Amino acid sequence: MSKTCIDPKKARKILDRYPEGDQTGLIHALQDIQAEFGYVPREAVEILCERLNVPISKAFAAATFYKAFSLEPKGDVVIRVCTGTACHIRGAQTLVDEICVALDIRPGGTTKDLKFTLETVNCVGACAMAPVVALNGEYHGNVQPGSITKKIQGGK
Amino acid sequence: MRIKSVKSLASAAKTACAERAKNKMEVLVCAGTGCLANGSLDVVKSFDRAIKSRNLDTKLKLGLKTTGCHGFCENGPLVVIQPKGIFYKGVKPKDVKDIVDKTLINGEVIERLLYRDANTKERVEQYTAIPFYARQLRIALRNIGKIDPGNIDDYIAADGYAGLAKALTEMTPEEVIEAVTKSGLRGRGGGGFPTGRKWKTCRNAAAEPKYVLCNADEGDPGAFMDRSICEGDPHAVLEGMVIGAWAVGAAEGYIYIREEYPLAVKHLQRAIEQARERGLLGDDILGTGFSYDIKIARGGGAFICGESSALMKSVAGEIGEPRAKYVHSVIRGLHDRPTVLNNVETWSDVPWIITEGAEKFAALGTKKSTGTKVFSLVGKVKNTGLIEVPMGITLREIIFDIGGGIIRDRPFKAVQTGGPSGGCLPESKLDLPVDFDTLTDAGSMMGSGGMIVMDDRTCMVDTARYFLKFLVDESCGKCVPCREGVHQLHQILEAICRGDGKPGDVEKIESLSDVIVAASLCALGKSAPNPVLSTIRHFRREYDAHINNRKCSAGVCRNLFTFEISEEKCTGCGLCAKACPVDCIVGELKKVHRIDGKECTRCGACRNVCPVDAVEVV
Repeated sequence: MSKTCIDPKKARKILDRYPEGDQTGLIHALQDIQAEFGYVPREAVEILCERLNVPISKAFAAATFYKAFSLEPKGDVVIRVCTGTACHIRGAQTLVDEICVALDIRPGGTTKDLKFTLETVNCVGACAMAPVVALNGEYHGNVQPGSITKKIQGGK
Repeated sequence: MRIKSVKSLASAAKTACAERAKNKMEVLVCAGTGCLANGSLDVVKSFDRAIKSRNLDTKLKLGLKTTGCHGFCENGPLVVIQPKGIFYKGVKPKDVKDIVDKTLINGEVIERLLYRDANTKERVEQYTAIPFYARQLRIALRNIGKIDPGNIDDYIAADGYAGLAKALTEMTPEEVIEAVTKSGLRGRGGGGFPTGRKWKTCRNAAAEPKYVLCNADEGDPGAFMDRSICEGDPHAVLEGMVIGAWAVGAAEGYIYIREEYPLAVKHLQRAIEQARERGLLGDDILGTGFSYDIKIARGGGAFICGESSALMKSVAGEIGEPRAKYVHSVIRGLHDRPTVLNNVETWSDVPWIITEGAEKFAALGTKKSTGTKVFSLVGKVKNTGLIEVPMGITLREIIFDIGGGIIRDRPFKAVQTGGPSGGCLPESKLDLPVDFDTLTDAGSMMGSGGMIVMDDRTCMVDTARYFLKFLVDESCGKCVPCREGVHQLHQILEAICRGDGKPGDVEKIESLSDVIVAASLCALGKSAPNPVLSTIRHFRREYDAHINNRKCSAGVCRNLFTFEISEEKCTGCGLCAKACPVDCIVGELKKVHRIDGKECTRCGACRNVCPVDAVEVV
């Protein structure tokens, strides 16, 4: 787990919205933490567990079960290549391979300079424009091999 | 302003209609996820500026509206001009001036922005004349593309919440259940369970409180029906749920939605707030004393949470692992209380059934699968997008009439339906009517409505491998046959696609599949072997070619083929050399080109761009 420091006040502020001891708020609270920090830092999980009266094992079980949560900080630009069926048959894997080579990372990985994270996602529901790549949530449709690395490296 | 009675709902509808009628012309710009990605918001802004700066809103009595997805996503951004129904595609901000000057002011049609039929090459002016739309029948999608999803008055003007008013004041809960039963409505999420029967069991369950939930955890890759409905007509979902809550006697409910759909979450949230403000949701709905409220629960990116018992655990803040269903969730569901869970499309159908009548719905489709179904028609088909058709239509009609056939008129190979639990159907099954039971008999399933068309450049072994990889990632890990068995299946297929297949692999796959089907707890495991088994059943020859001859004739499995440029066909246009990301194609302009086999990564970019199909798989 990474050794970054977070501001505990920020985490407390998020968790104050949840009633004390309300275990059903676990997933939502984790989502809010993920949204605030871009990942789920251990310090924030500890504060969460205290507030919602959840054992820390259960919080980490949830944080590792659901794909939406990351225990590691992510890069400035999150590249999400859709690998839904429609994108797959229109060449999504080629795009993944290409980005892996260009940035020297594996899917799920982040570049050492914390600039880029590459993720694959099972369908963003924009199948008519397959293959789709989302850069920080902004969708790009009908992506051709070659063009996406240029776009990414242009912003590098 | 709160609507306190059915009467004031009627007058609100009248006012909203009158407000709409003031406009002599309406410009509708699609702002679904697809069109937004193509820049439709800039088009809206340009229209807004042009209209305001020239006072066209008052001069021409012109209204501008952003709508949900029109379904024809590949051609976006889409603009429709009513009342003439002129349909413009691929509109860019720079086209707006032309549209305003020519079409809005002078009533001329701009040829270059019209849709061009993929087969006849003719320009089509009218929205309704485009084959993609002409064959459709829209019930669940009835308002999408016509109303502004952010404006509740627009929904009310389109008879919105009239079904709810009718249910609450003219019908008893039992009569509502009776109507839904009579309509023959079956769950649109894939299960196909009769909705009326589900509601009745829940209503008769003794425990309290009861819950009514909506499943918007649309996880099947290649499907986006629910996203479009939540984005484009969120009030229809809410209205359906309130009617359902009235029928079963629930006071609380949740919409469980994927976090990958941020726009849908936003639109639903806004719709819930508006409906509460108007007294159509929350306490004392329409002054009848009936109360029901809805909260949104965002999913955590786990496919398994689309399964009912896993979904309910996730709503309760737990890990989404399914449980055995000796006791159904209509008896013991969320928080161990009786719970009705229906899919987005099912909920959207409900208000229509109540307003228009159960008989009208039952008259559509086939005897055992009534009504219509929304499909996302995607893959290697000319017209991709979202369609709604009556049940019983054939696959051929969908793919070739509505979809316009295969891209670049390549040969059709298969259509995949039912998501990761479904299967691939070959050409010989194209004339089957699409309904719940026929597709299951053919070795696939209806599923939630994803329909992915594949041509001769799609490898069926790779497709099976793809779905197994998906299922390995998404198996929750609770039971061994699914967790380990699907993993082993995937390993075997990986080996076959790599070129390490062994004789006997297919038989091994089949016997392993038997165990997985028999011994898994939930539907994910039980149906996990479907994609492999259906491809073995219909495309056994491809498996044999991979294993025995080390050949992938589709040109997908990279160790099993090479590309060559045909000397007879190559015209020397140079497009392939330009497209090649590793610069391994050489050749002078107007002379035959050649691929350097050592450098080639077999990405297929050259094959995709070649206008004469000279890049061949050997």
